[in-house]
Amino acid sequence: MTYSDPSASQSLEDPSLVQETQIQPSHAPGVAAEAAARSLRQPYLQIEDIHKRFGNFVALKDIFLNVYPGEFVCLLGPSGCGKTTLLRIIAGLEQHSQGRIIQGGQDVSHLPPSKRDFGIVFQSYALFPNLTAHHNIAYGLQNKKLPKAEIQTRVGELLDLVGLGGMGQKYPAQMSGGQQQRVALARALALSPGLLLLDEPLSALDAQVRVKLRAEIANLQRRLGVTTVMVTHDQAEALAMADRIVVMDKGYIAQIGTPHSVYQGPGSPFVANFIGVMNFLDGMVEAKDMVRCGNLVLNTPSNTVPVGQRVSIAIRPEDIRVMDGAATPAPNVAEAEVLGTEFLGSGYRLELSVLGNARQPMTLDISSHRARAMAIETLESLAIQLPPEMIRVFPKEAS
Amino acid sequence: MTTTTRHPIVAPRAKAFDLEAWVMRSLLGLGALWLVVGVVLPLFPMVGRSFQNTNGEWAGLANYGQYLTTPSLVQSFLNSMGVAITTTLFSVGLGFIYAYGLTRTAMKGKTFFRTLGLLSLYIPPLANAIGLIYLFGNQGLVTTGLFGLLPGININLYGFNGIVIGEFLYCFPQAVILLVTALNLTDARLYEAAEVLGASTLKTFFTVTLTSIKYGLMSALFVCFILAFTDFGVPKVVGGNFNVLATDIYKQVIGQQNFSMGATISVFLLIPSVFMFGLDRIVQRRQNALISAKSVPLQPKPNPILDWAMFGFCALMVAFIFTVFGTIILASLVKVWPYDFSLSLKNYDFSSVGGGGYGAYWNSLRMAFYTAIFGTAIVFTGAYLVEKGRGLNWLRSLTYLLSTVPLALPGLVLGLAYVFFFNNPIWRIPFTGLAIYNPLHWLYGTMALLVMANIIHFYTVCFLTGTTALKQIDAEFESVSASMAVPFYKTFWRVTVPLSLPAILEIGIYFFVNAMVTISAIIFLYPANLPLAAVAIVNMDDAGDIAAAAAMSTLIVLTSLGVRVMYSWLTKGLRQRSEAWLHR
Ligand SMILES: Nc1ncnc2c1ncn2[C@@H]1O[C@H](COP(=O)(O)OP(=O)(O)OP(=O)(O)O)[C@@H](O)[C@H]1O
Ligand SMILES: [Mg+2]
Repeated sequence: MTYSDPSASQSLEDPSLVQETQIQPSHAPGVAAEAAARSLRQPYLQIEDIHKRFGNFVALKDIFLNVYPGEFVCLLGPSGCGKTTLLRIIAGLEQHSQGRIIQGGQDVSHLPPSKRDFGIVFQSYALFPNLTAHHNIAYGLQNKKLPKAEIQTRVGELLDLVGLGGMGQKYPAQMSGGQQQRVALARALALSPGLLLLDEPLSALDAQVRVKLRAEIANLQRRLGVTTVMVTHDQAEALAMADRIVVMDKGYIAQIGTPHSVYQGPGSPFVANFIGVMNFLDGMVEAKDMVRCGNLVLNTPSNTVPVGQRVSIAIRPEDIRVMDGAATPAPNVAEAEVLGTEFLGSGYRLELSVLGNARQPMTLDISSHRARAMAIETLESLAIQLPPEMIRVFPKEAS
Repeated sequence: MTTTTRHPIVAPRAKAFDLEAWVMRSLLGLGALWLVVGVVLPLFPMVGRSFQNTNGEWAGLANYGQYLTTPSLVQSFLNSMGVAITTTLFSVGLGFIYAYGLTRTAMKGKTFFRTLGLLSLYIPPLANAIGLIYLFGNQGLVTTGLFGLLPGININLYGFNGIVIGEFLYCFPQAVILLVTALNLTDARLYEAAEVLGASTLKTFFTVTLTSIKYGLMSALFVCFILAFTDFGVPKVVGGNFNVLATDIYKQVIGQQNFSMGATISVFLLIPSVFMFGLDRIVQRRQNALISAKSVPLQPKPNPILDWAMFGFCALMVAFIFTVFGTIILASLVKVWPYDFSLSLKNYDFSSVGGGGYGAYWNSLRMAFYTAIFGTAIVFTGAYLVEKGRGLNWLRSLTYLLSTVPLALPGLVLGLAYVFFFNNPIWRIPFTGLAIYNPLHWLYGTMALLVMANIIHFYTVCFLTGTTALKQIDAEFESVSASMAVPFYKTFWRVTVPLSLPAILEIGIYFFVNAMVTISAIIFLYPANLPLAAVAIVNMDDAGDIAAAAAMSTLIVLTSLGVRVMYSWLTKGLRQRSEAWLHR
C-alpha cells in the first residue's frame, strides 16, 4: 500500500482488505488486485480531516476518504450518523468546521456550490413542479446559453438514457415516483458533472421499484463512469450498488471497504451488526486460536487478543453448517435444540439453543431445499458446526 | 509519505468575485434597511417628542406628569381599556361559538356561513359605524321602531355602546378566522380517546376542546384586544363625548396642534399593544409547534339539537352583519332620510359636500393599487430572502423580527411617527448636539409616503402569509439550482414565484383592500391636494353629511368586494394548477 497517508480511514480500510484476502481468497479474487490498481491512480475526490460542529454538537469528526475516478461509493449508517451532512459538505451546501475537500486536484473547500462541479439528487427529488420533465432537465443547460437545438438533442439523449424517451412533456405530478426519480437523475447528469451525489435517492419508492431502480442506477453509473457518492441507510442497497462502502456511526467512519470485505470482514461489532445479521456470543480467550463460550470451547482464526481477555465472537446465520448424520470429524461441532422456526420465503431461519452454551441462543439460516430434506417442521434438535474460518473475534472494550 | 507530494494540489482558488453572493447580500441589506427606515427610525423622534414641550425643548417627564394629572385624559385610557376588554370578550365568545359551529357540528350551510361571516373583513369599521347610526342613532330604524311602526328601542348608541358594537363587527371575523384554524388543528384521536374513556360531553369539551385550542384562543384574545384598543374610525364616528386614546391623539394633533401631547398619548396607546403583541408571538410559536405534528381531522357527528341551535345562532350573526351592511347601502340610496324614502343616486353626487368626492375615491384607488403592487413585491422578496436565503443568518433573523413588529404598531402611532420623521427638514441626533439634513424630507406629502405607510402598516400579516407559503416549497430547490450553477434569482423568478402565485395574489388583495379602507395610518399624512376616500367619510360625518358618508362607504366596500370576486374568478384555474403542483 504505497499511497497510505497518515489517516484513520486508511488504517481502517487496509486491514479489512488484508483480512479479507486471508479469509476468503477464493470468493473475491479481484479485490486485492483492484485495490492495488486503485492505489496507483489519483483520487478524484479527497476528503481530509473533515470535522463538522453544529454549536456544541459534533456531527462529523476525523473524516478521511478518497474517492477514485469512476468509483461508486456508498455512505452507509444509521439515522443521524452524519451521512447527509457529509454529502452536503462535499457539495458545498454546508460549510465544514475543519479540514479540506479536494476535487479534481483543486481545493474546493471554500467555493460556493455553484462554483463546484457536481450533480445532485435529493430524497425528495426536488423537481420543479411547474416545469415539464423536459424543462427540468434543460434547466441548467438553458442557463449556459447553449443553442436551442443543442439543448433539445441533449435533453432527448438524457431522457433516453434514463429510459423516459418521449415523456419529456409531462409534469412531475403526472409521473410515478420511479419516473420522477429518473427525471431527477437525468437533470443531475445534464451538465456532465465530474461528481454525482445521491442522497437516499430510492427511499421514497416502494420495495419493488426500489430493487429495479437500484440495478438501473448502478448500471448507468458504470456505463457513464461518473464518480458517484451515494447516501443510504439501507445496507442491501449499499451491498448491491457500491464499489466501496463507507460505514459511518455517530459522526465517524467505522469502516471502509468493498461490499464483500465489509460483509465478510466487519472491523467492529457495530459494523458486523449493522450489515447483515450476525450471531454474537460472549466468551473468553483460552488460547491464541481458542475461545470458551459457556462450556463450549470453539476454535477460531488465530488472533492477537491476550489469553484471558473477554471477547465477543461473531458468526453469520448462513455460515453455520448443519451436520449430516455421517459424522466426519470436524471442529466446533455441537448439538443444538430448535427453539423456533421462521419462514423467510427463500429459506428458513432457526432459533437454536446450543448445548453447553444454552444461555446465548443463536440463529441459523438454511435454504428451503435443505429444510425439506430435514423435515424441518418436526425437527427438535440437530448437530451444527461453526466453521472456525467463519468466526470473527472482537475484544470487549473494558467498560 | 503524503498524497500531496505525488499529486500536487492546486492551491485554494483565490476567492473569486461571487456575483450571486453579492446580490444576496445586497438584497438582504436593502431589505433590512427598508425596515429600519420604515419601522424603527420613525419611532425615535416620536417617543423623543413625548419628552419635549410644544416648542420642541427638552421637558423630561413633564408631559407624562401632565397626562397623569389630567382626569379627562386618564379617563380616556380607562375608556379605551373598557372598550377593548368588552369587545374582546364578546368577539371571542361569540366568535368561538360561530367557529365551533363551522368546525365541530354537522349543521347545514357551513360554506355559506363561512363566506358571509367573514364579509365584514371587507367593510371598514368606519362604514359599520355609519350603518350603526342609521340603525341605532336618533333617527335610526331601531331607535324609532321603523319610524313608529313598532315600539322603538334606544340603545344610547353614541358612546360606549356604539363603540363596542362597531368594534365587535370589526373584531368578530378576525376571531372567527383564528379560532377556526385552531379548532381544525385538533386531533380527532384525542376525542376518540376521551370517548373510549367514557368522559361526558361537557367534560370532553373542557378537557380536550378547550385545552387543545388554548393557544388559538389566547391569540384571538390578544388580536381582538389590540384591534379594539387602537381603532380610530369607530370611536370617531359613534363615540360622541366618550373619549378614547385614539380620538384623544387626533384631537391633540389636529385640533390643538399639540404634537407633544399627541406623542405622549401615543406612547400610552403603544405600550399595551406591544405587550399584547409580545404575548401573541409567544403563543403563536407554541401553536406552530403543534401544526407540524400529524393530526387526524375530526369528522363531526350529527346531533340535531346542537346542529340546529348552531344554525340558528350563525344565522342570527350573519343577519346582524347583513342588516348593518344593508342599512349602509339603503341609507346611501335614500333621498332624504328619514323624510323622503324614494330611491335616488343623489348622495353619490359628492360635488356639494366636502371630502374630495370622486377625486378622493380615485386617489384611494391609486393608492391601494400602488400599495398592492409595491407592497407585494417588497414583502414577498423579503419573505423569500428570510426563508430561503443563504448566509448572513443574523441579518435574516433581524429582518424577520423587524417584519413582525409592524403588527404591534397602531396605525395612528405609525402615522404620527412618520410625521415627526419625514416632515422635519433637519434631524437632530439625540444627546450629541449633531444635526443633519433629512435626506427623506422630499417624501413628505407625496403619494409615495402614503403608500409606504400603508405597506408598513399591513406588513406583518402579508409577510407571514409569504413565509408560510414559502415553507411549503421544497427546501432543496435552491441547492439543486446551485448545483447547476443557476443563480438563485433565476430560480426565484422561474420556480418560486410561479409556485407561490396564490399566496402572492392573496397578499396583493390584502394590501389593496386594507389600503382602500384604512384611515388611522394616513389621517395625519395625507396632503390637502391628495384627499382620500376613507378620510372623506370621516370629514363628511364631521360635517353632518352622513348620507354622503354612507354613499362613500358603499363605494369602498363594493370596490373591495369587486376586486376580491374578480380575483377569485380570474385565478380559479391558476389556483387549481398550483394546487396540483404542490400536492401530488
Ligand atoms: N442544521 C443543523 N443544526 C443542528 N444539528 C444538525 C443540523 N443538521 C444536522 N444536524 C444533526 O447532525 C446529525 C447528523 O445529521 P444528518 O442529517 O447528516 O444525518 P443522516 O445520517 O443523514 O441521518 P438520516 O439517515 O436520518 O438522514 C444529526 O444528529 C442531526 O440532528
Ligand atoms: Mg440524511
